[in-house]
Amino acid sequence: MSSASRARLGEEVWKTRTDKINAELVTLTYGSVVAQLCKDLDGDYAEVNKQLDKMGYNIGLRLIEDFLAKSNMQQKCANFRDTADVISKVGFKMFLNITPTIANWNSDGKQFSLLFDENPLADFVELPDDGKAQAELWYSNMLCGVIRGALEMVQMQVDAHFVSDLLRGHDTTEMKITLVRYIDDELPQDDE
Amino acid sequence: MVMVIMAIQLTGINRVVYAVLILNKAGGLIYQRDFNPGLQKLSSNDYLILAGTFHGQVSLASAARAQVHAITSQISPTNETTSSGLEVLESENFVMRCFQTLTGTKFLVFAEPRQPNLDVVVRRVYELYADYVMKNPFYQIEMPIRSEGFDRHLAAYIKPHQ
Repeated sequence: MSSASRARLGEEVWKTRTDKINAELVTLTYGSVVAQLCKDLDGDYAEVNKQLDKMGYNIGLRLIEDFLAKSNMQQKCANFRDTADVISKVGFKMFLNITPTIANWNSDGKQFSLLFDENPLADFVELPDDGKAQAELWYSNMLCGVIRGALEMVQMQVDAHFVSDLLRGHDTTEMKITLVRYIDDELPQDDE
Repeated sequence: MVMVIMAIQLTGINRVVYAVLILNKAGGLIYQRDFNPGLQKLSSNDYLILAGTFHGQVSLASAARAQVHAITSQISPTNETTSSGLEVLESENFVMRCFQTLTGTKFLVFAEPRQPNLDVVVRRVYELYADYVMKNPFYQIEMPIRSEGFDRHLAAYIKPHQ
């Protein structure tokens, strides 16, 4: 499947097979989860990042089935570059109606970045001015977990983390995704 | 495969889809439901054995491509390096369609031999599974499915007029 036809597929699934809900509901729900975590964990932002990632992971384990069922993908990606293309053009498109830019491939083709020009989760958000949040909190960290969980279900172990965020005053919002290994065995995964 | 055929002896022919089975990626049976009379009743243990056997067969079929390449390359008309394994099993009295998702979950649909578009049926079952099983936050992944919503929607799809 070519890159262009993936873009069409993402567009089609988004238009015809995705139930839409109010964007503010999503933004506010996600925002209150993050804010509550920050409160509960007493401003331990490293732990907040971790919890967001874990929640995302559990979402990813489930969301992948919806992704496969709706997109009707039956062929495995031939390589990690294809995987990146599918994540951006089909995955993000059908769930968030965005298409992050793929950039910064490393030489062995096992690491790339997703650049988020827009991020529906972060609309209206300004990080707290406590001197720590701007340096430690990755507000949209749940997305990393979602990708990690979803790819694990299709036999790819990856590491995903943000390296920059517009909310922190950086120029871009960038997530780095690294392929750790392909998982061979068909063993059940543990729910966290 | 002999075992599967023996286990699913038909007692009569009437309607279309006989049964739906779902196997988790380890080959465990996580869902089994009969929709129309036609299949012989099995004990729950027999169903588990059937699922395990089938899983083994599918895995073997796909692994064989890689390991016993010399033999299978003579059998297979293509040179594809990956095979999804067994997909359809047909007999005089029933047809079985297996759909394996990329996550390793397998959907088995047993139906009357003349039932058309089984691949559409099995994909729809997958969509219902993605919706009513996987999206239930209290469903534990890989565990047996006890979901009233899934039961209801599956029945509504497979037996709409009864």
